[in-house]
Amino acid sequence: MAREQNGKIASLEEFQEKINRDEKIEPKDFMPEAYRKTLIRQIGQHAHSEVVGMLPEGNWITRAPTLRRKLSLLAKVQDEAGHGLYLYCAAETLGKSRMEMTQELLSGKAKYSSIFNYPTPTWADIGAIGWLVDGAAIMNQIPLCRCSYGPYARAMIRICKEESFHQRQGYEIMLTLAKGTKAQKEMAQRALNRWWWPSVMMFGPSDADSPNTENSVKWKIKRYTNDELRQKFVDAIVPQAEKIGLVVPDKDLKWDKKRNNGKGGYAYGEINWDEFWRVVKGNGPMNNERIAAKQKAWNEGSWVRAAADAHALKKQTALQAAE
Amino acid sequence: MVSEEKETTLWEVFIQPKNGLSHRHCGSIHAPDREMAIISARNVYSRRGEGQSIWVVKSIDIVSSDPDEKEENFSSDDKIYRHPTFYDVPDDVGHM
Repeated sequence: MAREQNGKIASLEEFQEKINRDEKIEPKDFMPEAYRKTLIRQIGQHAHSEVVGMLPEGNWITRAPTLRRKLSLLAKVQDEAGHGLYLYCAAETLGKSRMEMTQELLSGKAKYSSIFNYPTPTWADIGAIGWLVDGAAIMNQIPLCRCSYGPYARAMIRICKEESFHQRQGYEIMLTLAKGTKAQKEMAQRALNRWWWPSVMMFGPSDADSPNTENSVKWKIKRYTNDELRQKFVDAIVPQAEKIGLVVPDKDLKWDKKRNNGKGGYAYGEINWDEFWRVVKGNGPMNNERIAAKQKAWNEGSWVRAAADAHALKKQTALQAAE
Repeated sequence: MVSEEKETTLWEVFIQPKNGLSHRHCGSIHAPDREMAIISARNVYSRRGEGQSIWVVKSIDIVSSDPDEKEENFSSDDKIYRHPTFYDVPDDVGHM
């Protein structure tokens, strides 16, 4: 028993040393249970977010203002489906089945990014999502390309390569509206007003209230804390808003030369954490609709899955008969 | 409702970027048979002209070595004579 215990401690130390040397952990390597669990939770949530993220934008595919916009939006939503699938694969390498993950999403047990629980009432919301939501996602995801778990890091590299088109198409929509008629510019501004704070909240709770951060940083799953990433996001977006003549809806926003270790950055106002937790706990504007839409799609797709299985069986039987 | 359905077959996907290069593993896909696996693999892993050929292989058909047996399988520290630097050749012989 004591020997087993010692063996375990030795492997834990070896594991941490491997991480410290920036070596990757692959599926069949030893890993502490807590590392596996943290990754399953994070990759699962990430995958669900990609999949649920298709809904607010899918809402506008049929009503995109031009064919060019429709093509871009279709391609973007298809990418999100692909990203969800890359991530489900990565989670499966940790021993979690696809069916279990699907079940947890449909039952409402699994979490996904709260940002997708906000509605998209106007076309400008599609611009704001691409620019701000995908912008925030990229901030989060670029450091994940160097995450210690090989399959997750590899999925993130593919995702980041594809994601930059998403942000550019969103910003282009906002730029076009901002240069348009008065009504179009107002529509863009109102969308920015709606999406700004939820986007700032996408980085999660403040470091002081983020219980998972410490281990995740030690294991190099996370390379930056929530607040560090949030600062990078605000610093990147504010000048982009200025460039197209839109106003970030934060009266406390001002340049602070002490931020970023004296390099300067934007100070921003108080985040409404009550709203954040309310939406996380399931009481956002669209939580019920999103889960209901996924359940409906799953149920209505059941005959497609059954038909595909039947077709596969028929072909297999024919093949065996021919042999 | 979900639990009644069985898990579909898992396939590993390999893409060859262009002639002259090897097929390279890029991820996995769920599909009931090989035709559907190829179609799904194309849709998921090749939306931007990443390659010109796709292989799909059932994941359960892949046999892999045990990472704990890395020493036995891959150690070559004791066979330094397999490397060119083991051999002494006069400098003025030039590149060899």
